[in-house]
Amino acid sequence: MERSNREYTIGAVEDFMLQIGRVVHAGEVELAIFRTSNGAVYAVRNHSPHPKGGPLAEGIVSGYYLYDPLHDWKIDLRTGEVQAPDRGQAEVYPVTVEGGVVKVTLPAAVTTLN
Amino acid sequence: MAAEREKLVLIGNGMAGVGTIEQILKLGGAYDITVFGSEPHPNYNRIMLSYVLEGSKTIEDIILNDLGWYEDNHITLHTGTTVTRIDEQNKVILTDNGLAVPYDKAIIATGSNSFILPVPGSTKDGVVGFRDIADCDAMLAAAKQYRTAAVIGGGLLGLEAAKGLVNLGMDVTVVHLLEDLMERQLDRTASSMLQAELTRQGVKFAMGKQTVELTGEERVTGLRFSDGSVLPAEFVVMAVGIKPNVQLAKDSGITVNRGIVVDDYMQTSMADVYSVGECTEHRGTCYGLVAPLFEQGMVLAKHLSGVQTPGYEGSVVATKLKISGVDVFSAGEFTETPEHTVISAKDEWKRTYKKILLKDNVIVGAVLFGDVTESANLQKLVKNSTEMTNEIYDEVMGTSCCGGGGAKKGMSVEAMADEEIVCGCNGVTKKAIVDAVTENGFTTVDEIKACTGATRSCGGCKPVVEQILQFVLGDSFQQSAKQGICSCTSLSRDEIVAEITAKGLRTTKEVMHVLDWKQAEGCSKCRPAVNYYLGMIYPDTHEDEKESRFVNERMSANIQKDGTYTVIPRMYGGVTTPEDLKRIADVSLKYDVKVVKVTGGQRLDLIGVKKEDVPKVWEELDMPSGYGYAKSLRTVKTCVGSQFCRFGTQDSMGMGAMLERKYERLDMPAKFKMAVNGCPRNCAESCTKDIGIVGNDGGWEVFIGGNGGIKPRIADAFCKVKTDEELVEVCSAVIQYYRETGNYLERTSEWVERMGLEQIQTVVMGNDDNRKELAARIDFALAQVSDPWRKMLDDKNTRTALFEETQV
Repeated sequence: MERSNREYTIGAVEDFMLQIGRVVHAGEVELAIFRTSNGAVYAVRNHSPHPKGGPLAEGIVSGYYLYDPLHDWKIDLRTGEVQAPDRGQAEVYPVTVEGGVVKVTLPAAVTTLN
Repeated sequence: MAAEREKLVLIGNGMAGVGTIEQILKLGGAYDITVFGSEPHPNYNRIMLSYVLEGSKTIEDIILNDLGWYEDNHITLHTGTTVTRIDEQNKVILTDNGLAVPYDKAIIATGSNSFILPVPGSTKDGVVGFRDIADCDAMLAAAKQYRTAAVIGGGLLGLEAAKGLVNLGMDVTVVHLLEDLMERQLDRTASSMLQAELTRQGVKFAMGKQTVELTGEERVTGLRFSDGSVLPAEFVVMAVGIKPNVQLAKDSGITVNRGIVVDDYMQTSMADVYSVGECTEHRGTCYGLVAPLFEQGMVLAKHLSGVQTPGYEGSVVATKLKISGVDVFSAGEFTETPEHTVISAKDEWKRTYKKILLKDNVIVGAVLFGDVTESANLQKLVKNSTEMTNEIYDEVMGTSCCGGGGAKKGMSVEAMADEEIVCGCNGVTKKAIVDAVTENGFTTVDEIKACTGATRSCGGCKPVVEQILQFVLGDSFQQSAKQGICSCTSLSRDEIVAEITAKGLRTTKEVMHVLDWKQAEGCSKCRPAVNYYLGMIYPDTHEDEKESRFVNERMSANIQKDGTYTVIPRMYGGVTTPEDLKRIADVSLKYDVKVVKVTGGQRLDLIGVKKEDVPKVWEELDMPSGYGYAKSLRTVKTCVGSQFCRFGTQDSMGMGAMLERKYERLDMPAKFKMAVNGCPRNCAESCTKDIGIVGNDGGWEVFIGGNGGIKPRIADAFCKVKTDEELVEVCSAVIQYYRETGNYLERTSEWVERMGLEQIQTVVMGNDDNRKELAARIDFALAQVSDPWRKMLDDKNTRTALFEETQV
């Protein structure tokens, strides 16, 4: 079966406030989109890697780190990696910004599985 | 894949077995692991079931390893599958659903079952044990349908079950064969104090009763005792003990006495088959408590991972009753004989009891009731057969004068063996904690908790973890105590506030930049704190930073674990109107609110509002925010007062509503609660509030620094005033002084202790000008606030960014 990555246009850059997360449903996948203070946009699945889960979009953003709103885990928005002393991995997806338009690419596995 | 790894099969998905697997993974043991569990759940913390029943935890809370953990570690998990036989010849594990899984090594960790009394009627409907989630569910269901329950067995589990059922609203009688509760852990004195306390909490007792029959047709209707008397009961919990689950071992031809017989390396009579936990019998003993499981698991894990280890030599068991508000502890020997030297202290007013038994001056056992702060320490002293000294006496009996405790405590931690379990709930050893500190540079218990899980469950081991931390860090522990407000800065709160004022810093970004923060934009600890300090210093000009607020404050609603929100409208002084109630009901119905709950502060919680509906709920309620989420005035609790109460001497409802209107919305270092009582009967419980006010014939009495939360504290009497105007001025001055000097997140209970009551009295009461200035400053700040719900409704952009979700 042929599968390919899928690109979603999720809005204009200004739709995303600096350091305040926003939920975007791309197809069946719920994303949390963050725009850091230097203007870079990151996309993470809106689901904490903490065993008890919960949303991520409402966390506090510092540099390119996100503090999970329910469990205070520190997550690197670039890689999804949870910072020590906790361990885990949030699912992050590539974002491109061209001409003020934000696009997220979800891998085929994600778009079909979800 | 590289060379084929050995196959390890674990039979039993409980704490003992999975604990062993966790250790093996940590030690790098190279196995392909398969786990069989007969329950349909992932691995959970069985000893926390009492909390589930009690309602303070959910099943989800006590899951130790969720399915993701098995996946992450490439462990094949079969839940709802029972292993029927180990075929030694073919080295295959056979299951009830026809699986045949080959093994190189196998671990039996099948635990134990409730022991069901072999009396007529014990198989009737409505009779359960207290052992697993299914039992817990049965008890929760029974409480909804029936009223009377009997718990057979006055031991640890029976009492926890009984208290749980009482909490669920049932009429519960504990039936016990002997005259003393928990007779295997407690002496007569502690036992009778325990019975008195539980009676006070609503548990009934039938002592010295032997059950000979359970009556009823299909379903149980009662118990008949050997003396001919009967006790009606629509639901019966058997908690008379546990029976090691040895069926599989027996069927497979493994040697079994009471439990599966193992040697010091947990090896059974069958080659390559091991066993740990409650199903085992080691040197003649079967254990039914958690610490031995981990100690056994540790030895086995090392053995299977090829790490040198001394064998398991048995465990000293200690007991802690898991009923909120009933603290009981025992370790080692507790019944005195002529050869014991007994140290004891009983305080009938405080309802505490402490007994330490010595044999040839060695500490061999202890019983504590009411105050169990020394439990971890005593457990260790008993375990190490420590000789009693004057210093230890002073320490454990609380007779030493203050100071100088650190070094001594350090010593006892130093003597602790590496492999000793510090956290019984999660099986964390001293070494794991020491390693966490030395390898990661941790300086706080919270960091250790996040890394190792120690103190994460019941918290009983926290004092020991602190001591270990102090011991490992040595002098640097002192330094770390002097560290800044978080790891981003070495500055203290006072230094930051002073720098902001001196340098005229205006935003968190500026503060962090100028004061050279290590992490440029701070963290979830310092950003909200600095944002608060800025608002406190510049009440009129500071622009609140939404991005520096915790989720609840940013959204002006409380987030729940499923991502929905709780909305609480204001009800000044706890008073509402039929019209408002009707509107609350209409909105709740329209937006499908899951639960409407009265809060502890006399307000209505609308629980389970979907994020995108939150602004609509605000709009349609058209009421001010109740600030259920805020670090500011939550509520002013009131009694009925002179408006209606025949005892009321002051108008508490009127005063409460007025104070709530006056101080609402203003940011404070932490949440803040008040109460106003119309008379000294104190029906609104002002002794546990940040400011508690009690009316009397000639005026008002003011109390401060009370807290009913995690660290309960009774408020201190602060002053008496004659008029309403004086009362308001005192409240204003106290609150503003707290706003100006409190550390962010510091409750007044801690603030009062840190500052000293006298200091606050001097500032507020000692000088009229001072008080008036403080009151004027708070009035200025109060003039700047506005309702956040209304503000958000008027600000479309922010509302959209925060609450609305996009679909693409």
